[in-house]
Amino acid sequence: MTKIVVIGNGMVGYKFCEKLRAQATEGDFEITVFGEEPWPAYDRVHLSAYFSGSTADDLMMAPRSWYDENNVDLHTNEMIVKIDRDAKKIISHTGHDYAYDKLILATGSAAFVPPIDGVDKKGVFVYRTLEDLDAIIDYSKKVKSAAVIGGGLLGLEAAKAVIDMGLDAHVIEFAPRLMPRQLDTAGSATLQAKLEALGIKIHLSKNTKKITGNGKITGMSFADNTNLNTEMLIISAGIKPRDELAKDAGLTTAPRGGIVVNEFLQTDDTDIYAIGEAASYQNMVYGLVAPGYEMATQVVNQLVNTEVKPFMGFDMSTKLKLIGVDVGSFGDPFGEIEPSKPIVYENKNSGIYKRINVSMDGKRLLGGILVGDASAYNILLQMTQNNMPLPPEPEDLILGARGGKEAAGAGVESLPEEAQVCSCENVTKGAICSLIENDGVTKVDEIKSCTKAGTGCGGCMPMVNDLLKHQLKSMGKTVKNVICEHFDYSRQELLDIVKVKGIKSYNELLDQFGQGDGCEVCKPAVASILASTWNELITKQDTIQDTNDRYLANIQKGGTYSVVPRIPGGEITPEKLIVLGDVAKRYNLYTKITGGQRIDLFGARVDQLPDIWEELIEAGFESGHAYGKSLRTIKSCVGSTWCRYGVQDSVSFAIEVEERYRGLRSPHKLKGAVSGCIRECAEAQSKDFGIIATEKGWNLYICGNGGSKPQHAQLLINDVDRETCLKYIDRFLMFYIRTAEPLTRTATWLNKLEGGMDYVRDVVVNDSLGIGEELEKEMAFMIDTYACEWKEVVNNPELRAKFKHFVNADEEDPNLKWQEMRGQKIPASWG
Amino acid sequence: MIPELEKYKTADTSNINNWFKAAPVTAFPENGGACVKYKELQIAIFNFTRRNEWYACQNLCPHKMQMILSRGMIGSVEDEPKVACPFHKKNFSLKTGKNINGDTCDIAVYPVKVEEGYVYVGFEE
Repeated sequence: MTKIVVIGNGMVGYKFCEKLRAQATEGDFEITVFGEEPWPAYDRVHLSAYFSGSTADDLMMAPRSWYDENNVDLHTNEMIVKIDRDAKKIISHTGHDYAYDKLILATGSAAFVPPIDGVDKKGVFVYRTLEDLDAIIDYSKKVKSAAVIGGGLLGLEAAKAVIDMGLDAHVIEFAPRLMPRQLDTAGSATLQAKLEALGIKIHLSKNTKKITGNGKITGMSFADNTNLNTEMLIISAGIKPRDELAKDAGLTTAPRGGIVVNEFLQTDDTDIYAIGEAASYQNMVYGLVAPGYEMATQVVNQLVNTEVKPFMGFDMSTKLKLIGVDVGSFGDPFGEIEPSKPIVYENKNSGIYKRINVSMDGKRLLGGILVGDASAYNILLQMTQNNMPLPPEPEDLILGARGGKEAAGAGVESLPEEAQVCSCENVTKGAICSLIENDGVTKVDEIKSCTKAGTGCGGCMPMVNDLLKHQLKSMGKTVKNVICEHFDYSRQELLDIVKVKGIKSYNELLDQFGQGDGCEVCKPAVASILASTWNELITKQDTIQDTNDRYLANIQKGGTYSVVPRIPGGEITPEKLIVLGDVAKRYNLYTKITGGQRIDLFGARVDQLPDIWEELIEAGFESGHAYGKSLRTIKSCVGSTWCRYGVQDSVSFAIEVEERYRGLRSPHKLKGAVSGCIRECAEAQSKDFGIIATEKGWNLYICGNGGSKPQHAQLLINDVDRETCLKYIDRFLMFYIRTAEPLTRTATWLNKLEGGMDYVRDVVVNDSLGIGEELEKEMAFMIDTYACEWKEVVNNPELRAKFKHFVNADEEDPNLKWQEMRGQKIPASWG
Repeated sequence: MIPELEKYKTADTSNINNWFKAAPVTAFPENGGACVKYKELQIAIFNFTRRNEWYACQNLCPHKMQMILSRGMIGSVEDEPKVACPFHKKNFSLKTGKNINGDTCDIAVYPVKVEEGYVYVGFEE
């Protein structure tokens, strides 16, 4: 058994262990890893996510259990201080020594701290480890502003972190432009404009001379005699390879830093390899994760005696999202290595800059820069790396399809087999296509687990998806999205089966058309299909419902629920408001007004729900279905009844629409709005269906949504009367219900629909499929069979009895704990 | 928080010293779960009607320490019976208590028997 010792448990050190275990025969290698940080390897690339909510656990490359399960002896918090090459052993700071047969140095780098006068003052940090970040977060609580030295990739990430902490942000860059190694002057200016629009102040051509302050930083002064006041400083001015161990052991290190290696990643000592940021190949240190992974791969190949590809340098093309701005830089971005002619698209209005460098004979792509829109990055990179022929009008590549068709020569089908689709894990198109063609792989998840493509930065996933679809299509198979392991059918197929065969229960469907015992994916999906088809009381099949639907309420932290009665159109009488206030008071519920223009009452125990609802129903309220994948609300602005601008009665229409579709269940939630004039105060354009009044009638917009990926609704038809509007909404909603994948909002459904909006308009308005009447009938059935599900439960003792915490005791959950905020209760924090 | 978790220990079926009479069979839904109180423990009991099997585990989901597993959906992954926590869908095997799909710890499971229309849960102490 060969003893492998790895010094360094960063991303590359971890990847080495992962790859060695994956490829080696069991029992051939004993692996021991030493990391000086307290945590196991974590994703340093996405470090800034730590400021927007990710925890250390979320960032782990693999949990500690992975190391146990894979026989990798991980020592964290242990720093190696000496390598004894003669005795072939290493010595740690604890005084212990460890023998090795082969030693892998993956010591990475440290943040480079320029020798600025005053850099040791309090409030000055580097941006590299979780420990650094914890210190920064702690210090940030006492300050209002922070500066970042370094306008490169990492510096701008740090600037985002400063903004996420709510501070005033300044970026100090030595060069005359940001990201000087990836972007040209114009590209950098485009990026800068976007960052300044977010409130980040950029200072270029600044050479920091002194950090001022009495013990702690209060400002900085520069070589050009200017100053900046700041209360915190984050230094992100580059990296310094950690080569001190190697140097001390007599191994050659490069003049600019880094352990010198040959193309096989070997140091002067044939038993010692160096990989990742600590290694220097031909005087270059590679500060991206993809070349580090490639180095790890080739060392593993040598150890297990498979084919080795010499490391001859690495393409430093990169695409990333910096503070919400897409940036890509590939090949030779400045067009300097080989003579070239640039083609440039600059749009200061929308903040987009695209540049491609074309060879002198116009046949090849040599490199480029993308700022503001980097959607073409993947294919442009492929074209550069594989010498693919350019289309006759190369400007099409960055100007996009201007003739209504897809840009010619820019699809996955034109990629050669050797094209590297995933650069983090080095997976070629050929490898992926072979899996699909020869190994019967039909799902993206399978590709991910077999090849690891998409598991690094994830940027190649759109291309992997395209490749899968394309390959299957060329084999005569189409991609079918079965809902889970228990059914070999897509949602549309199951809907058809349910309708045609008259299936009314989940058990029936599973017995006749599925296998196994179901799961939390197919049960709610089928429950939704059944509801959209038969509209029966969902609590009759309560155990197939997702938790919210099971108890007809939204579950909250701690295990209590919220109560949301329907307030159609957002209009309510004073009497009804008083009822809500009274109920909330007596049951001691936390009250809040929702975005949907209604009132939410929180903190109801499961056993209190039927009692609360009984009172609400008595007072004339109905279920608001806030808990379901169903219609939620139709918002309104006050419209022509009161508003001096209103041209139609938006409130009446909103109430009519909400009462028409209440209770409708769908693949995902549905939200609508009606605005009384063009000023659009009800924000109808961000809804699944939005109606805006005109002098002549109503404009109908569809397929918008808010949330984490907001998208504006698009105009379906304009100036129609009330009846026509409702007819089209009936058809649209039913068409969506019939054809969408599970848990797909209308916007995503539209984006994926071949033919897009034109097709939907054709089907809904022009009745091109001849199903208009059928769809309207199906909707009419839903409307006719509507009944308030809470009313049904309240009046049914058997159903009411299910609302208990314990079935063998009348006690409430003893675990409920509360705390107070602004005079109301909220749950005690959960662990 | 952690002391709360330690109260729950998987009961070895060969070492049951105490069969707790929980509730009548009719108290439980089909293909779903309900929660019973046993001393200071909360136990989730599942009536896996499809498989004609009963399972029990702690009601406490270790992910965010919430007493909620009894309200989760049950199902199977390959052939292993499981429950999915309502909050974040952490999956746990109902046979072994192992956390199937993630990075949280395993849960305790207890044997169940049904006699004369009553459901019993087995404990070691």
